[in-house]
Amino acid sequence: MRYAMAVDTKKCVGCSDCVVACQTENNVPIGFCRDWVVEVMAGTYPQLEIEIRSERCNHCANAPCVRCCPTGASYFSDGGIVLVDPKKCIGCGACIASCPYDARYPHPEGHVDKCTFCHHRIKNGLKPACVAVCPTKCMYFGDLDDLNSDVSMVLKKRKYKTLIPEAGTKPQLYFLI
Amino acid sequence: MKEEIIVSGRMNQMIDPHLNIWHWEIPLYLFLGGLAAGILFFAALFFINGKENTYPTAVKRAPFLAPIALIIGLLALFFDLRHKLYFWQLYTHIRLMSPMSWGAWTLMIITPISFIWCALNIRELFPKWEWKYDWIRETEAFFRKYQLVLAWAMMIYAMILGIYTGILLSAFNARPLWNTSILGPLFLASGLSAGASVTILMSNIKKERKRFAEIDLIVIGIELFLIIHMFMGFLASTEVQIDAAGLFLGGPYTMAFWIFVVILGMLLPALLEIMEIRKYHIPAIAPAILVLFGSLMLRFIFVYAGQVSRWLY
Repeated sequence: MRYAMAVDTKKCVGCSDCVVACQTENNVPIGFCRDWVVEVMAGTYPQLEIEIRSERCNHCANAPCVRCCPTGASYFSDGGIVLVDPKKCIGCGACIASCPYDARYPHPEGHVDKCTFCHHRIKNGLKPACVAVCPTKCMYFGDLDDLNSDVSMVLKKRKYKTLIPEAGTKPQLYFLI
Repeated sequence: MKEEIIVSGRMNQMIDPHLNIWHWEIPLYLFLGGLAAGILFFAALFFINGKENTYPTAVKRAPFLAPIALIIGLLALFFDLRHKLYFWQLYTHIRLMSPMSWGAWTLMIITPISFIWCALNIRELFPKWEWKYDWIRETEAFFRKYQLVLAWAMMIYAMILGIYTGILLSAFNARPLWNTSILGPLFLASGLSAGASVTILMSNIKKERKRFAEIDLIVIGIELFLIIHMFMGFLASTEVQIDAAGLFLGGPYTMAFWIFVVILGMLLPALLEIMEIRKYHIPAIAPAILVLFGSLMLRFIFVYAGQVSRWLY
């Protein structure tokens, strides 16, 4: 099993509903976010192109955060989901410094926090909160090993990219372009 | 011209607009750890060489600063933790791929060794010192018998401690400025230089001061070579590392790095030490203090500048 997510940059309008849904679902402390929207405007006026991406932890297959963690608090859960065990986390910040996507943040309670792919929801057959609420249905989630999953199907049909693959992290968040 | 504007909706505290997760505690610890490593390395080295009476300050007296530096450093590390009550988790896990795990276990070994080394030399400071209990006397006799083994262990662990302070940072591929294997040897050299300076500061034997000025001079030479080598590596590397080097080559940390670390912390003390070796009358305290200052600044500037360097996407 290999969980992954695909975000359609052509459909995303940058409404930030995914951000609010995540904050609500996961009780994210005020002032922090586990997912966020990035807008990249590129070109020369008036020939401009805009790309809107809903970003979060990439649940990398070669995750530097898991490698750097001195206590094993950051670990690979089933399906390659990268999770943090708050009872093992000492809050040293090594994983935060190791993430090229800066997807982690220090939770005010002391431990490190990040996107979990809504592990508690997918266990019960639900989609992650961000995917479930997206008004343009621009996000796809599922198991890459299952060729009929939403994410496998869309990655078969569309062109896609990952973020800074040259960092060697093997990210599992795909952006349809 | 093609331009790109990136707007991110993320504004997490200590993460944005650039990483700011490590503050004064980490560079202070990296300095104190390196200093302790330098002191203990030379103490062990000259004990093994049988030079404890030629260089008594280095072997017997300077090591008293090592446990103090290590304890203050450990406290600084503890302050840095955000989930403090769980710190013991470091010692219920061995994570071979995590430099921080290596460091935690190295400190677990070298801190007691430094205490034992001081206990064996306690009569240097208090000539009439007597241990109160028999079991301490027996333990002392045991370690005295095996002091050579202890010295070897101390030398090896001092080197691991000194080099790991650099590897801790260089293991982070996410921060291009840190992501160079030069950092391990550079921090080790800087720690050795600081350790030699402490001996120069504390010694009242001319021969010993001169010897350590010579050692310091060689180590500073190595440091300068490593720094040049580091920039050559950065500038011949990918765009992110060229940008990272730019922080010191025209960027916001240029003045701080070249003035505090290279000129005041290396070139000037090296010049003063050359003059001292050539029998000019130089107060020994001057180059030593400059080296210690430069060594501290090296850690501060690298820890802060490294957090600014990043991948752009």
